[in-house]
Amino acid sequence: MYRNQYDSDITTFSPSGRIHQIEYAMEAVKQGSAAVALKSKQYAVLVSLKRSSSELGSYQKKIFVVDDHIGIAISGLTADARVLCNYMRNECANYKYVYESDMRVERLVTKVADKSQVHTQRYGRRPYGVGLLVAGYDQTGAHIYQTCPSGNFYSYKSISIGARSQSAKTYLEKHFEAFEGCSLQELIVHGLRALRETIPNSDTGLTSKNVSIGIVGHDQPFKIIEDEHTAPYVTIIHPYRHILEMIDDEQAEPMQTN
Amino acid sequence: MSSKHFRFPVFGQVDYFGQPQHSAASYTPSEEKQRTTDPIVTGSSVIAIKYNGGVVMGCDTLCSYGSLARFNNIQRVKQFGPKTIVGYSGEHSDFQSITQLLDDLVIDDQCIDDKSQLSTEEIWNYLARVLYNRRNKVDPLWNNLVVMGFDKKTDKSFLGKVDLYGTCFKDDYIATGYGQHIALPLLRKAYSPDMTLEQAQKLITDCLRVLFYRDARSSKRVQLSYANANGMEISAPIELETYNWDIGEAAVKSFDQV
Amino acid sequence: MTSVGSGYDLSVSTFSPDGKIFQIEYANKAVENSGTVVAIRAKDGVVIGVEKIIPSKMLESTSNRRIHSIDLHVGIGIAGFLTDARQLVLRARDEAKQYKQVYGQPIPIKVLSQRIASFCHAFTLYGSVRPFGCSITVVGIDSYGPQLFLIEPSGSCIGYFGTAMGKGKQAAKNELEKVKFADITCREAIKLVSKIIYSVHDEVKDKDFELELSWISTESNNVHQMVPAPLKDEAETLAKQALEEANM
Repeated sequence: MYRNQYDSDITTFSPSGRIHQIEYAMEAVKQGSAAVALKSKQYAVLVSLKRSSSELGSYQKKIFVVDDHIGIAISGLTADARVLCNYMRNECANYKYVYESDMRVERLVTKVADKSQVHTQRYGRRPYGVGLLVAGYDQTGAHIYQTCPSGNFYSYKSISIGARSQSAKTYLEKHFEAFEGCSLQELIVHGLRALRETIPNSDTGLTSKNVSIGIVGHDQPFKIIEDEHTAPYVTIIHPYRHILEMIDDEQAEPMQTN
Repeated sequence: MSSKHFRFPVFGQVDYFGQPQHSAASYTPSEEKQRTTDPIVTGSSVIAIKYNGGVVMGCDTLCSYGSLARFNNIQRVKQFGPKTIVGYSGEHSDFQSITQLLDDLVIDDQCIDDKSQLSTEEIWNYLARVLYNRRNKVDPLWNNLVVMGFDKKTDKSFLGKVDLYGTCFKDDYIATGYGQHIALPLLRKAYSPDMTLEQAQKLITDCLRVLFYRDARSSKRVQLSYANANGMEISAPIELETYNWDIGEAAVKSFDQV
Repeated sequence: MTSVGSGYDLSVSTFSPDGKIFQIEYANKAVENSGTVVAIRAKDGVVIGVEKIIPSKMLESTSNRRIHSIDLHVGIGIAGFLTDARQLVLRARDEAKQYKQVYGQPIPIKVLSQRIASFCHAFTLYGSVRPFGCSITVVGIDSYGPQLFLIEPSGSCIGYFGTAMGKGKQAAKNELEKVKFADITCREAIKLVSKIIYSVHDEVKDKDFELELSWISTESNNVHQMVPAPLKDEAETLAKQALEEANM
């Protein structure tokens, strides 16, 4: 797959001013399974799809706790993600030691992004091959951030990354304006429905085994919901799948759940 | 420990006129480093109390050079950001370097421009870490710091203290320097949390007056600082009303004439 | 003359036979692909306007700022890779802090600009690094009055009365050449910058954009900050009107 002579070095610009190595690293993010992030005024939610390499293996963890008020979902090279996660945990702990308070989410994400950038400008390094969705809650409210191997980061109302994330994005773009007033449970359900879009129809679909959910918000420290604990949410969207879609088409409003 | 450690028992007092030490008498290894072991230009007490609806702080404007009343118009309080005031006793130059640290911190906040600022408590905690760090290097910043502030959003006042060892605590009333010995007992007696601003003002000026009588490193030029719902204010220097010293003159004259 | 395929354009440490360093020119290309940035040095201050292109409607408006404050009296506007520019911003903040620590006063804009430029230049000297894919304008007020400098990936640092970078650079420069810089005030400059940004925005090629406006002037107490909402709104409505009239 030889494309051109400008794509083998991180320190080489192409004649059009692009750096292909960075763009290839961005592709690595798309190799991972999908993750969705969305937020209301009070809460931020991460929903992700776990993969297992074989019947005998366990599922690969997708959501990590960074601090009481921040968590991340990853897509791409898991090993790179662990490095970044470790860094983020350290930064949060240091901040807490110095100020006895929670680090503001944007400041943490900025630090991660600036760290990633360094790997895109020097020979002998490669960019991180992982994208993160960062969900957090601080004094300025609930936040969702996406970070890229390029060192870019974006603050979103809702977003998805990973394999076939475009389908999830389409769902989110259709509904994101309603998220602001959603309850926590409504958010989770929206997240699962967005995530469901990324699964090919032939697949088993969302089960309590392959879904993990991360929540954080007002009076809610970051918590990972996994395995059997996801069952209540998964069943909400599963058995009535077709009926729900019918309702959905009739009234494009967020579903009411208790 | 050699006896030289016990030469200056009183805080802030330096023996400038003692016998010069003969360096030949003791061996000094080349890697030995001289640290600040005594403050040179020092401010005396700072007193602050919480009242119903805010905090008041008072201190005089004198910085002594040993026992000499060297600089008598130095402001010993400074505002950092929109909601924090710090007052100090101890080494003036050390506080100037602390000022630089805090100013940088506040400017960083402003540059990041994410509509969030360090709270008073965060600044207080930061100072505690800085001072504790320096003490662990056996190179302390020779100050007692009183940190006060008022958060308009939560309607809460803050009052805390940090000493040169990095010890930090919050309290309803705080005194530093000579005031720890002289003013604190008075405060304990007179303090009540539902004091009005006027009562608090009076209590502080009374304490400062007593200190002026009792503390040889104090002056009667004082400044009061306020933190309350109306914002932060540092008053211009005020002369304390004290005993009328002219009365004594007649006695001295008559003694002369005898 | 072609550079592509010559083999002289793969590293910043290689000159081409006619004395060019192509990697720097390619870095300039990255700048030219970016949203337009316009800055004007008026008689009472400096104004920066940025055309921030918004790739998704789900983005928060605060995301990906292209104007940053360095110190109270200095600001930076960015064209090109935001990631690279943020390294420059961090560096500039450090320089400003360090200067203040040593000399006890705010860093002069020229000194700061030259220090950042030297930093950029260092990345054009070695094969082990690539140049910064961004140009920045450094604006501020110091004891010499309002200042405006432009720093390019090559490490050049030049003072200007008015400057433009990015996609609409040429069109914007044509507009800027008509300006009487000795007479213009910041308030007028804000309107002019907005008008230029709106007029050079390519609605067909680019999606939505957001206008970022910052200023430092005697009116903002010589502090670099985003232009207050009322002033900005006024400038934007005027710019939109002007655009509609031009299209009619």
